[in-house]
Parts: sequence; C-alpha cells; structure tokens
Amino acid sequence: MSFQVSKSGEVTVVEVEGQLIVGNRQELKQKVLEQLENGDRKFVIDFSNTGYIDSSGLGVLVSLSKKIREQGGELRLSRLNEDLRTLFELTKLDTLFKIADTKEQALEGF
Amino acid sequence: MDSELVLELPTDVRSIEHAVEYVMRQCPRSECHPHRMSLNFRVGLTEALANAMLYGNGYDPTKRVRMEVLADEGVITARITDQGSGFDPAAVPDPTAPENLLKPGGRGLFLMRKLLDEVSFNAEGNCVTLVLRLESETSLEGGAPA
Repeated sequence: MSFQVSKSGEVTVVEVEGQLIVGNRQELKQKVLEQLENGDRKFVIDFSNTGYIDSSGLGVLVSLSKKIREQGGELRLSRLNEDLRTLFELTKLDTLFKIADTKEQALEGF
Repeated sequence: MDSELVLELPTDVRSIEHAVEYVMRQCPRSECHPHRMSLNFRVGLTEALANAMLYGNGYDPTKRVRMEVLADEGVITARITDQGSGFDPAAVPDPTAPENLLKPGGRGLFLMRKLLDEVSFNAEGNCVTLVLRLESETSLEGGAPA
C-alpha cells in the first residue's frame, strides 16, 4: 500500500493505493494522526485504487474517525468499490461514515 | 486444484496477502458466482489467518500457522490452525451492535460468519474450518448463522 496526501482548501485528502490490511494499517493511521496533530480537522480518504480493506483496516478507519470527531473534525470516505461497499454494509459501518461516490462529492459542503 | 494444498506460515502478518493470493490462484473459479471466490472466500481466509497470527499465536514469531485448503466438487474447505491456547468464539460480541460500532476490533470473525457457508471451531478453539459452496444459492451476504 502507498498513499498520497494533498490539500483541497481546508480538507486533507488521502488517496490510498493498494490494499489496506493488517500488515500496513498502522502506516495510514500514523499519517492521518500526524495531520490531525498539525491542526487538520477535515479529512477525505479516497479508495479509488483500493481493492480490499480487511477487518483491521476497517478498525483503523473507525479509530481514526473517533479521534478526528473528538477534535471537532470529520472523516469522509470516497469511491469504495462494490466489494468494499458490501463490507461496510455488512458491518454497518456505512452508518458511521459519510461515503461519497466520488472524491469531488466528498469535498462538497465540507 | 487437484489435491489438498497445505501451507505453513510464519507468524508475520505481511505474509497473509501473499499466501491468500497464492491460494486464490490455485482454486477454481466460479462461473455463476465469481464474487463468492473473489470476495467471500478471500475475506474469510484473510480474516482467519489474521486472527490466527494476532490472537491465536499472539504475534509470537516462533509460532506458526498451518493452512490446509481442499477444493472438491464445488466445495472449498479451508482449515486454519494456530499454536495458541484457543478461545471461545461464542464470547466474541456482535460488532454491529450500537454499543460496539465504534470499537476498532471484533469484525474478523463476524465477516467470516457472514460470508462463508460454514464456520466451525475445534473444541480447543485454535483451529477454524471454513466452507464455501461455489454454486450455492445463497446471496453474497448469505453465510453461516451467527
């Protein structure tokens, strides 16, 4: 997995490439927490190029969402493929996150 | 896959992705329900291996995980055994309950049960058997009873 971090106005956009799984989830967590400590509060994680997220990866997203909310911010997700949407629906995490079809939609009204 | 595939893995979570990809390449494709292999089986196998390494073997690099996979007449069976002391699967809480939704863990076993046709443990709790029927009429979400 690799990821690219960019800014769109006040929003920090993290684009994940590859699988977000138990073997690499801490890299994403550490990067987002660094941005949070630097004062960023609005985050979009884009999964356009992500084939799979395992339960550990889902757990990291939950943990990040909680920490960001505690700081008065919000974490949104975008472009989950069909399989990933299924996993979010099964685990009811689709009720926890705002999930947009595109990165642009995620940025709207942020 | 003509015969049983047996792999012994180190307790190293970085090995999971490669091991699962290898097994997926050896297993038959399902014409009718391709998602049952690419999603249901892949997720179940990945979660079982992760649980074995993280909770079973407790990250102990001296311990190993044994994976046996057999494809026979449209049924794929995977047995994952760790060298830990086992656990009680009935004691794992429902991660979709409102009080558990914000907890970071507990979704691996839940996903296995949701996505596979059968999930069973030995009495000791250190060996899980996953069964997927390729041409099952159950839906994508149709798995073993929770």
